[in-house]
Amino acid sequence: MIERLDILVVGAGPAGIAAAVTAAAAGKRVGLVDDNPAAGGQIWRSGAAQPTAARTWLERLAASSVVRLQGWRIVDAPSSGLLRAEGNRGCRDLGYDQLILATGARERFLPFPGWTLPNVMGVGGLDAMVRGGLPIAGKRVVVAGTGPLLLAVAAHLTRKGAKIVAIAEQASLRRFVPFVSSLLGEPAKMMQGVEYALSTFGSRVYTGCWPVAASGKEMLDTVTLRMGERQWEERCDYLACGFHLVPNLELPALMMCHIDNGFVVVDGSQQTSISGVFCAGEPTGIGGMEMAILEGEIAGLAAAGKMDAANDRSQRRRRSLGFVRALSTVTELDPRLKQLATDATLVCRCEDVSFGRLRDHASWREAKLHTRCGMGACQGRVCGAASEFLFGWDAGSIHSSVRPPLYPVQVSSLGHPDKLADEGDSLSPACVLAPKEIE
Amino acid sequence: MPDPAQVHLLVNNVPVTVAQGTTVASAILIAGIPTRRSVTGEPRGPLCGMGICFECRATIDETQHQRSCQVLCAEGMEVRTT
Repeated sequence: MIERLDILVVGAGPAGIAAAVTAAAAGKRVGLVDDNPAAGGQIWRSGAAQPTAARTWLERLAASSVVRLQGWRIVDAPSSGLLRAEGNRGCRDLGYDQLILATGARERFLPFPGWTLPNVMGVGGLDAMVRGGLPIAGKRVVVAGTGPLLLAVAAHLTRKGAKIVAIAEQASLRRFVPFVSSLLGEPAKMMQGVEYALSTFGSRVYTGCWPVAASGKEMLDTVTLRMGERQWEERCDYLACGFHLVPNLELPALMMCHIDNGFVVVDGSQQTSISGVFCAGEPTGIGGMEMAILEGEIAGLAAAGKMDAANDRSQRRRRSLGFVRALSTVTELDPRLKQLATDATLVCRCEDVSFGRLRDHASWREAKLHTRCGMGACQGRVCGAASEFLFGWDAGSIHSSVRPPLYPVQVSSLGHPDKLADEGDSLSPACVLAPKEIE
Repeated sequence: MPDPAQVHLLVNNVPVTVAQGTTVASAILIAGIPTRRSVTGEPRGPLCGMGICFECRATIDETQHQRSCQVLCAEGMEVRTT
């Protein structure tokens, strides 16, 4: 039996929660499916003090009629109006009339010698591990890469007792300072902690600076940083390194939503090129939490047919687009970062394909066919974004190479839906279905 | 009396005690071992922390290839890395 929902929302971060809660308040039967153990997405992870906005929206979600499928990932869109979700012990098909994609973003990772060593992680990556129970007190951490996440995570890890050895931001001081100033002029923005972070880390914040090597035997112990002509080593337990965010476009691409310049194209009501399919949050442009909530509300209202209210918010969204532009300018990558990888440096971590084996290929497709780059477990989620920057390969071809299943799946999930283990649990309003509830 | 705020599990047969709400990936880091060996034998640990990089995959209660950053530790859980 296939459950049919008026509106299905994919992704329970700020955009998805706002969309689901808003649509449910308009009287629709709404489902919210998400692959993490708990709602909140990457930014509203539990395990730490939650910002007010997070508490408010998570409470609204808990009090709503939204059917929540937590710990389920979408693996296929087998036919129009249908998505297939896989949990840890089974699979179920979800029918919908309207779909809202709020798939969020991931970090962009760039290869440099030693980046595959254990304890070299993303910036959000290390933060997620700490929020997931990793003790960090007394540990020496280098935070590197680019974007507002660096200072925000450094501030959080400091509160948890970590010793931040250095913060290496690739953007030049000339770009970085005006950006921070513009954020401070808008106190409601996500970087409220910037002033605090700068006063705390002061001399340990390096701009125009990046890691050129990570080293250690079996595990990280030293990071080499470079700033202009100066190069030095920092001993540390963890390197948190991420070069801002790239949107999760696999599902929008699979559904054939029009993608331009790396983002899903939407109209004023957040509707994509596919009628009845909406998109909200980072996949439409990296704009941060407040923008994501606004877009989620617009999509939820529009999908529920409340066009007047959607239009009101859409005008507010247009006024906030300046922030999105400022963010994309400051996080623009320095071309010298293309020279960090040596011929021996791995680019594809799943299939262990080195930079030297990739650099002479003309396209993502050619590289995949000849080297298996991007064909391992992560399906190019890490090396795709890196390759786009390193080799200038057409991003469109990387997105168009998406095929189902979107993630490696259990063999049983490939079967006919009638044979899938989706009987038994009905989706009653406000129910929360964890993956292990299906046997 | 076991402390309800603590969870006991085995990582490669070594007992590990963690706070409730800890992910399996964090438990593996606490145990101080790699999550997996790459196809050419390199040690690897978690990278993204959000279920996209697959570096943290491990065998959890006999189910292979689980992304350990997406799974919370449970009492008596058995985790194996390769």
